[in-house]
Amino acid sequence: MGKLTHIVNWARIKSPWVLHFNTGACNACDIEIIAALTPRYDLERFGVQLKGTPRHADILLCSGPVTRQVECRLKMIYEQMPEPKFVVAVGTCACSGGVFDGCYNVKSGINAAIPVSAYIPGCPASPKAIIDGVVKLLQSLEAEEEKKEK
Amino acid sequence: MPDPRDVRVPIGPQHPALKEPESFLITLRGEKITSVNIRMGYNHRGIEKACEERTYIQDLYLIERVCGICSHAHSTCFVQAVEEIAGLEIPARAKYIRTLIAELERVHSHLLWLGVAGHEIGFDTLLMYTWRDREVVMDLLASITGNRVNYGINTIGGVRRDLDASQIEETLKAMDILEERTKYYVGIAQEEITLKKRLSGVGKLSYEDALRFGAVGPTGRASGVARDVRRDDPYAAYAEINFNVITDNHCDVYGRTVVRLKELLEAFSIIRQLLKKFPDGPIVVKAPRKIPAGETVSRYEAPRGEDLHYVRANGTEKPERVKVRAPTLANVQAVSHMLEDGYLADMPIVVAAIDPCFSCTDRMSLVSNLDNHRTDVLPWEVLRRRGIEHYKKQGVDFSVLNKKLANVLGK
Repeated sequence: MGKLTHIVNWARIKSPWVLHFNTGACNACDIEIIAALTPRYDLERFGVQLKGTPRHADILLCSGPVTRQVECRLKMIYEQMPEPKFVVAVGTCACSGGVFDGCYNVKSGINAAIPVSAYIPGCPASPKAIIDGVVKLLQSLEAEEEKKEK
Repeated sequence: MPDPRDVRVPIGPQHPALKEPESFLITLRGEKITSVNIRMGYNHRGIEKACEERTYIQDLYLIERVCGICSHAHSTCFVQAVEEIAGLEIPARAKYIRTLIAELERVHSHLLWLGVAGHEIGFDTLLMYTWRDREVVMDLLASITGNRVNYGINTIGGVRRDLDASQIEETLKAMDILEERTKYYVGIAQEEITLKKRLSGVGKLSYEDALRFGAVGPTGRASGVARDVRRDDPYAAYAEINFNVITDNHCDVYGRTVVRLKELLEAFSIIRQLLKKFPDGPIVVKAPRKIPAGETVSRYEAPRGEDLHYVRANGTEKPERVKVRAPTLANVQAVSHMLEDGYLADMPIVVAAIDPCFSCTDRMSLVSNLDNHRTDVLPWEVLRRRGIEHYKKQGVDFSVLNKKLANVLGK
């Protein structure tokens, strides 16, 4: 049992699949996420792959403040993801609402709708910051795993 | 009464083929699309209203975040309007810097589009190639403006950063690299038989339809509509620059690819001319904090087409009204027409071919049920009907204009 969980966790940490969902962002963070996945920055070297459906994803990359219309859809996507699941808020808007905080159609930040595991600030968050954030998340998961084993 | 043979497929708001939250309700018969209902508004944040509560300088940064890809387009369009109301004449060097950033932005946007289009037709190698080359222009933008996206270079009365000689040299060098790469992509578009066959005849939009739907930018120009604000109503430094307005007669996705590739080559030539003529002098004039009362409309040729901002000032430090009409709103009406009678498998590339930007477009959402504060999406048809009725009440009848247009086309 212990060994099997160990293998499963090892696989999870070495190949985190991500789903990207724009929750009302201005596209700036979104193009930086794609830039992080393409050759110059190449997030794929950490085993990160972009997936099309929440069913395949371990990590949900959210960009943008949560607009009222997108809120229930975001929750639905989050619920569809299999456990264990993590949410990364990319960009200042996703962290706190940013420049859009206080707009009538915006709930501030992703954590207003779903729980968030990591915050990557920046307007937009640069690909380097995104890589840093994702790697830090993976490291924290690894550390947690080691703690459990002890 | 719907036909029992019809199948309705909802696509979005989260879907692998879509990069932004928007939703399409597609009615299919077999593999063929019979009708499309576009539902938007997922990206509506309320920027226009927020602008009224902030000062002009704050608005500048807010407006920049209407869209991250054409951020300079929106901020320049807005700042032009404010400067016109305030009666400010900006220095020549500032005009050149604005134009330079505008063209660099066009290069980054068109390369980005080429990659996305490649991805949508399953040609991921093209995505990886173009996005690698795009980093060259992103480095330039970062070096000149200080940020990769959302440059923040504009200010009321000019620009915030100057270029030095080494940056000009760096830009010229980068243009050589990018031109070589773009010529390679032009070669691919002209010779690669799979690409040609995949894109030809897909998403047809005839010249007449392009006029009827009011298509702008590369979408219109690929159907032979030679409209370009840079030439028709020159702003910034465009009046002093020689360039061609690229048009094409393929009227399909292939034509849109060709237009964008040729526009890239034009952009390199514009940037070279700008850097050759770069005037000396100050980059900013002092702007008043309070803008005198007045109203104006400002136009700008964004990478996706004509961008239009309306600003009304009332003599205070905050605008009374700001209205944004992004190019995608003009083009999205043509999309449902392009999709009809096509195959479902072509839907991603046809939608991608107008280079849609829904964060630019989503300017309203409707609260239809006030009891539970649920926001609803209005179907396109309902929205269109509302618009027509609203203007009829004000004495503007578009059916007359449509008839006039039909007459012109008939001749």
